[in-house]
Amino acid sequence: MSTSCADFNSASMTGPLRSVISRVYAESPHLLHVLYELQRQFLHISDEAVREIAAHLDLPPSQVDAVVEFYAFFHKIPRGRYDILFSNCTSCGYMVRGVDLMAMFGRRLGIAVSSTRGDGLVSMDQTSCIGMCDHGAAILVNGMPITNLDATMIDSIAALVEAATPLEDWPAEWFHVEDNIRVSGLLLKDDLAEGISLRAMLALGAAGTLSEIVQSGLRGRGGAGFSTGMKWQLCRDAQGAAHYVVCNADEGEPGTFKDRVLLHSYADSLFEGMTVCAFAIGAKHGYLYLRAEYRYLLPHLQSVLTRRRELGLQGGDILGQPEFSFDIDIVVGAGAYICGEESALIESLEGKRGIPRVRPPFPVTHGYLGQPTVVNNVETFISAAHIVLRGSAWFRAVGTEKSAGSKILSVSGDCAAPGIYEYPFGVTIRQVLDDCGAKDVQAVQVGGPSGTLINSAEFDRRLGFDDLSTGGSLMIFSQARDLLAVIVNFAHFFAHESCGFCTPCRVGTTLLKNGLDKIAGGNGTRYDLDEMQRIAALVKYRSHCGLGQTAANPILDGLQRFPQVFEQRLVHRDYEPQFDLDAALEEARQISHRDDAAAHIK
Amino acid sequence: MSADIKQNPITQNTITIDGQEIPFQAGQTIMDAALAAGVYIPHLCHRQGLTPHGSCKLCVVDIASKSVTACTMPAVAGQQISNNTPALNEVRKTMTQMLFIEGNHICPSCEKCGDCTLQAMAYHMGMLDGHFPQFFQRREVDASHPTVMLDRDRCILCELCVRASREVDGKNVFEIAGRGINAHLIVNSASGKLVDSDLETSDMAAHICPVGAILIKESGYKVPIGQRTFDLHQVSEIGLEKTILTKVRQPDE
Repeated sequence: MSTSCADFNSASMTGPLRSVISRVYAESPHLLHVLYELQRQFLHISDEAVREIAAHLDLPPSQVDAVVEFYAFFHKIPRGRYDILFSNCTSCGYMVRGVDLMAMFGRRLGIAVSSTRGDGLVSMDQTSCIGMCDHGAAILVNGMPITNLDATMIDSIAALVEAATPLEDWPAEWFHVEDNIRVSGLLLKDDLAEGISLRAMLALGAAGTLSEIVQSGLRGRGGAGFSTGMKWQLCRDAQGAAHYVVCNADEGEPGTFKDRVLLHSYADSLFEGMTVCAFAIGAKHGYLYLRAEYRYLLPHLQSVLTRRRELGLQGGDILGQPEFSFDIDIVVGAGAYICGEESALIESLEGKRGIPRVRPPFPVTHGYLGQPTVVNNVETFISAAHIVLRGSAWFRAVGTEKSAGSKILSVSGDCAAPGIYEYPFGVTIRQVLDDCGAKDVQAVQVGGPSGTLINSAEFDRRLGFDDLSTGGSLMIFSQARDLLAVIVNFAHFFAHESCGFCTPCRVGTTLLKNGLDKIAGGNGTRYDLDEMQRIAALVKYRSHCGLGQTAANPILDGLQRFPQVFEQRLVHRDYEPQFDLDAALEEARQISHRDDAAAHIK
Repeated sequence: MSADIKQNPITQNTITIDGQEIPFQAGQTIMDAALAAGVYIPHLCHRQGLTPHGSCKLCVVDIASKSVTACTMPAVAGQQISNNTPALNEVRKTMTQMLFIEGNHICPSCEKCGDCTLQAMAYHMGMLDGHFPQFFQRREVDASHPTVMLDRDRCILCELCVRASREVDGKNVFEIAGRGINAHLIVNSASGKLVDSDLETSDMAAHICPVGAILIKESGYKVPIGQRTFDLHQVSEIGLEKTILTKVRQPDE
């Protein structure tokens, strides 16, 4: 995993840089992949590397530079040979029952947060949720997840790093990630047998396939809930030199990890679903955009694709149909929550910064490379694969009128059994809390930080597009939790992940973060709360994309439903003048010979 | 519905801004139609002739209760648009304040004072202070180029220079790098310095900056304070950009 740290600035680097760039680009012609390999081998992306990449890929050096500086996992200053990233999520983060595991690790190795040790051995930093929320505190070590951390493990890891033990020789069980499926419904009962949905799809024909998806009432599982059938229909009808299928596996919403499980154990169903979409819209090429935090799943996903090609299920002449070919490339991101927004994801696929596009036009008509493109969530494609096989009626029979089918939830936080729960849409929050063994619950964050924060009076509300919409994250906070610390955590998350394109989100999320830090630090006043409310409303209503439009939700929900958690930290409960206003008027009263009520200030 | 439109052809290609009916042509944005009709919608990152960007958000308008960006939203017949309202202007003032405190804008000591659209916008919005605590970001100055200097302290990330260079000058001198509050303007050259780019004084990109981030050297204070663009004009005058651009480019042409 690690490479010896050579003199990065010497001219002798040119040869090795060029050879890595040309090798990786030949294998996988994608800027992000070239940058990843350079980061891995040389521990940073030097100015020389930027110039070499630009020359080899025929890109402006400024574009390469802009991309390097945009994504959290690329660095212009060398990282340590062990690059340790602590998740800062409220569910899989480094704060465990009041113990700061990251600080502990830093003390063991003599290293501060966001720094690299002088000897170049180790770097330590925090990173946004890595999707291990059902596994306790978690880190990425050179991209590999280690979960269920405690103080003892922190000691062991520090010792292994200090001894420069190769990652391959670390205890293998540390890297084991469970699926933790607790409740199975429509989709999780079994992974579809290879090709079974494709055969059903061929029997239906393209129009029949599309019709089944439309009839099923399937809506996007990422949270926005756009009709999948309508999306596919619009894309199919759009004119273009090529059509594309893109799977959004950039599952970055803190508290969400269901795609991790789906990618790990239901990959065939996913690729069947993408192929069904390709058949329906007339696409020959598809992309799976995988979040960098799930890079450890890449070899598995590649092997599934390889097997499927060998079986004639992917590539040319699928199932012997000479007119139907469809293949899938996997592109791995590099640490940017915003790339879960579909148009930012497309920009990233095109080797650019993940900046959400101006809409209209929408991706269904002008998507990847300006061509008609369907972007759907992992779970949406898997649902589609099942619908084609079992029929729209089978799907519609479950869920509610406006929210057909099931929803796979990632349940984490203060409960006995965090993990994956699949329910029919319309399930109450209370049901989920009972099933996962959550006791004494103060609040539930439905749909992750960008969703809705609810209190115990609302636990009979139902999951679905007509009430509590969710991409699948359900974070539970017991009475013992400091809820303000949670809201502060979310504010930091959004400020860190804002892409910086539009003024309200770029500046507003930082103002919200700073304001909440002030309040949580015990230095806030009533005025600061009013300011939070005002800025939050502006960020919500005036931002360019969904990130900004939802970034203030935890604050607005918190102020509405849990005002006491803010108010009890204020310096003054209410406006408190520095002097007695009424007493100051006494002289004026005497001069004017007044003592009526209007001459007093209460 | 279609029968109504036939009976009343006037409404077919018009939008309504603050009660005023305004004609538009297919393909025009709300901003295009408004400016053509002499209706001012505040904006910083928009310039006619360049691809609409929609990042500064000063041009937010409301259609029903939905916020849209006038410079990127296509005009559609029958849109009922709120623009010059106290609520929207309050939002615009706050966003102008955000731009002020994010960068390092010291108007009295800035060469652009009086010619600066951000400053003029602040006056237009009745902004009396930055309101929020300053971020005091460290930003790099690039004085390497013989005739053009880059002071990132004042950059508001409107990307007018980025677009002007690509779309008008046929070059690609500027780019935005970084993320979130760390986003910053970079130069497309091997060294990252302006001197090694192909920027020329006659480029539109060298003149289009609405603030004092990109300045032409050796022309400072040629026009005295008091006789500058916004000493003589309101930022809301339509077509002012052309006047400014013609004027500032004059000395070199």
